[in-house]
Amino acid sequence: MGMATQTQFHVLAVDDSLIDRKLIERLLKTSSYQVTAVDSGNKALEFLGLNDNEEDEERNSSVASDDQQVRVNLIITDYCMPGMTGYDLLRKIKQSSSFKDIPVVIMSSENIPSRINRCLEDGAEEFFLKPVQLSDVSKLKPHLMKGITSKETKSNINKRKGMEEIHSPDRTRARYSELEVV
Amino acid sequence: MNQMAIAALKNQYKSFVQSMFDEGVLDNQFSQLQDLQDSSNPNFVDEVITLFCNDAERIITEMNRYLNYQNVDFSKLDSHVHQLKGSSSSIGAHRLKLACVNLRQASYERNKEECVEAFNSIRHEYCLLRSKFQFLMQIERRIVALENNQQ
Repeated sequence: MGMATQTQFHVLAVDDSLIDRKLIERLLKTSSYQVTAVDSGNKALEFLGLNDNEEDEERNSSVASDDQQVRVNLIITDYCMPGMTGYDLLRKIKQSSSFKDIPVVIMSSENIPSRINRCLEDGAEEFFLKPVQLSDVSKLKPHLMKGITSKETKSNINKRKGMEEIHSPDRTRARYSELEVV
Repeated sequence: MNQMAIAALKNQYKSFVQSMFDEGVLDNQFSQLQDLQDSSNPNFVDEVITLFCNDAERIITEMNRYLNYQNVDFSKLDSHVHQLKGSSSSIGAHRLKLACVNLRQASYERNKEECVEAFNSIRHEYCLLRSKFQFLMQIERRIVALENNQQ
């Protein structure tokens, strides 16, 4: 029985909206992921044991790696949050020696290509437009598997970074047909 | 007898949701939420609706407050509309979401009169949506009560 929880992927979800947290949690649990949902970038960093102080990080990360329960396999975060944005959080994760290999996915209600590109260029694996669907969540699997298998899968992920590859074609068509001027 | 009553109520629920789709009050995102409800999470839709309504009322109250000031803080107003637009989108509240888009536009243009008009529209759409949701949840609860009686 105990074995099952250890092999389950653990996703850390970050969103300041209560409704969106509930939604992403349900989507992830439906896909059999273990979920921790927090309402800010700061809480996410706290949960990981990552502080601004590099010394603390080394101390905390050695504790975290011994403790199976704090292990996070993927971080999915909203972009627009008060205080630390999802982009800020992405940067902090990628700058951290202990956590830079955790895949990060960004969610946003706004379809802004320059924003999307910047996130992907700075290390986000995927960019999901809200509301997030089950079909989006199914795209997480390869990034999670990457953590288990070796680096050879990374070369497959790199081809996603061009703007024309950001969304699957049908999703792009759907989005462009409901473009709203906000 | 109960089986027939339950079936009738389920049909009523389904028809009413369909009418909300037809009127544009709800969009496909609401179907996504329904799909996420199952026997392990039988109250999911109900819970999301409740969360949404509490949140929306809080935001609408705040927006009303901001709009009552002589000098409207458009950026605070905008951040509230952005929140409501997000929640509306997540629950599939289509017309309410569009009303939010209008308020964002008016706020961006710093046009107080248009903001007030757009806000009234938001309030109207929300009240309509809430009363329809309440009706839906009443049917749902009657179904659950009947199903529990059977056990």
